[in-house]
Amino acid sequence: MIDRRSFLTASAAASAAGMLAACAKKNPAKSAGSQTGSKQITLGFSQVGSESGWRAANTQSVKQAAAAAGIALKFSDAQQKQENQISAIRSYIAQKVDVISFSPVVVTGWDTVLKEAKAANIPVILTDRSVETSDPSLYVTLVGSDFEIEGERAAHLLEKVLAGHKGPVKIAQLEGTTGAAPAIERAKGFATIMHASHPEWKIIASQTGDFTRAGGKQVMAAFLQAHADIDVLFSHNDDMAIGAIQSIQAAGKTPGTDIKIVSVDGVHDGFVAMSKGQINAIVECNPLLGPQLMDAVKVVHAGKGSTLPRWIKTKESDYTADQAAAALPSRKY
Amino acid sequence: MSLTSLWRAATQHRLFWPVTALVALLVINVPFTPGFFEIHLKNGHLYGSLVSIVLFGSPLILVAIGMTLVIATGGIDLSVGAVVAISGALACLVVSKQGNEDAVGGVLLAFALALAAALVCGVWNGLLVARLGIQPIIATLILMVAGRGIAQLITSGQIITVNSGAYSLIGGGYWLALPFSLFVVALVVVLSMALTRRTALGLLVEAVGGNAEASRLVGIRSRRIKIMAYVFCGLCAGIAGLMISSNVSAADGNNAGLWIELDAILAVVIGGTSLTGGRFHLGGTIIGALIIQTLTTTIYTIGVPTQTNLVFKAVVVIVVCLMQSPAFRAKVFGARAQRRGPARKTPGVPADAPQQMEVSP
Repeated sequence: MIDRRSFLTASAAASAAGMLAACAKKNPAKSAGSQTGSKQITLGFSQVGSESGWRAANTQSVKQAAAAAGIALKFSDAQQKQENQISAIRSYIAQKVDVISFSPVVVTGWDTVLKEAKAANIPVILTDRSVETSDPSLYVTLVGSDFEIEGERAAHLLEKVLAGHKGPVKIAQLEGTTGAAPAIERAKGFATIMHASHPEWKIIASQTGDFTRAGGKQVMAAFLQAHADIDVLFSHNDDMAIGAIQSIQAAGKTPGTDIKIVSVDGVHDGFVAMSKGQINAIVECNPLLGPQLMDAVKVVHAGKGSTLPRWIKTKESDYTADQAAAALPSRKY
Repeated sequence: MSLTSLWRAATQHRLFWPVTALVALLVINVPFTPGFFEIHLKNGHLYGSLVSIVLFGSPLILVAIGMTLVIATGGIDLSVGAVVAISGALACLVVSKQGNEDAVGGVLLAFALALAAALVCGVWNGLLVARLGIQPIIATLILMVAGRGIAQLITSGQIITVNSGAYSLIGGGYWLALPFSLFVVALVVVLSMALTRRTALGLLVEAVGGNAEASRLVGIRSRRIKIMAYVFCGLCAGIAGLMISSNVSAADGNNAGLWIELDAILAVVIGGTSLTGGRFHLGGTIIGALIIQTLTTTIYTIGVPTQTNLVFKAVVVIVVCLMQSPAFRAKVFGARAQRRGPARKTPGVPADAPQQMEVSP
């Protein structure tokens, strides 16, 4: 009986593992292999996962840029788990790739594996997010966005949106996931500008919407009940803003007019909302960092890593509603 | 009947503490939001905090009702969050593939396919638990993990946005000035109450949950009852998935229904159903779900700082659970109660909800 039960449990677990494997296959590693001579650079890249549209665009950009730059890419998806990323990096070390790059899923706990890479003489480039290490020489550079600057840019965009507005401004803020770097730093950057130059601005309500549409909608519905006089919504990403727009409409107000909305990311649906005038301005947070990453990989491979800045910031722009319709067709994510 | 004996009868009603907690939570909001109980007519539908609580709480109520029956059979279903994601993803995919997204036929097709998928998920869970004898927590864990992957597979890891007025009705729309989801919830509640309390089904479920082997020996097909409970739970989760995706007109395979299984289990427990199986209380579950939704809304309206959200929630939940525990009440209020009169009787049978267990003719 026990044998039968354990067999059944095992087979059920195996079938579940099979399902997971099937899911993982949606991001097939497009390693070009070593079809060309020894000159070709091999890059081992460990992605965080595929948790959002932003991330999917990020993955695609890395793959396309690698193909365009003639770099052989070994790609793996860590499914949001640090241990998966660490084992991926170890396998890249064992395969003796030329450069390792990864988007760290969390901030700490990378020292050991990064030291192994250093001992094997393989340079490491971080993308999108940073790590905390005891030894700064463990990675060459970080290619990614500066979330704090994004917060500051959002504040400056709001200045533009509010041009001509007199008197106090009451702001509601939809924060990202509590404790996530983008949430903390976007709030910080925004507050810095607000305190420095806008004593008339006041954040009257601030809550986390977990970066999701459902979260943004629910929190905004409650904000609108508790505060009848919100002038501005600052949302840490477009999805929460899209959810909040629905709540604002349900409250009988016009998003973009009665309540001005400034948001971060620049995903396709965010641009659609902005082209309808529902979002007033968007701070772009660009996932398309593949080309910049490949440039950095080439420099590092040529042994000139020391010439690179410690932080290569992604090329990003700010958009206001009047630019939305023109920019919409070219949005890739 | 004197006032004190009325009071005693009320406090011994098993819904007394959950309802008290719900009312207390609602009242806490008033100093912060003076118009908390106000309901206005806006754009042809009712608008106010109470309406929002019902609207946003509907999916949780549905999931929790399904969960109650599963728990009553002595099981548990951890996969409801994944089923929510699968059903929403499938429905939005079907709707977004239609030429005319507003077409009612296409939306109904999407509903049918999504609910069929939810049904399959329920059957899968039920077979694993009842036929193969795998422990429920393990059996449903499989779908909890794998199901979210399936949902991501359906949406290709993206958020699928739909622009369909017909689709947005079930979770975000209004009918007769009331949230449409309210009618769906009411229908499911009435159906499940009728099935479990007006027929022998409820008794059979409780018998299976109390002692599956004994109930099998007296001739109850306990396996079939268990499978039915998981199928019903899957269907409820499927409808909840339609509501959640319809509410924001988008399917988010990663986040839709995330952790809703835990909220649902909590709602069941707050409602007075024991996790060991046996007796269950659908009315209590609904109150429990409303408490959780009110708690969430309260956090947003009274401005609890983001970092302390979870602590605030935990404290309220602990207090509610402690107040419901007869052992805890006896320790804290016991001395007073004893002085007042004879020992308390067994928990009173509510007058409003039909509690009799006999088989209807």
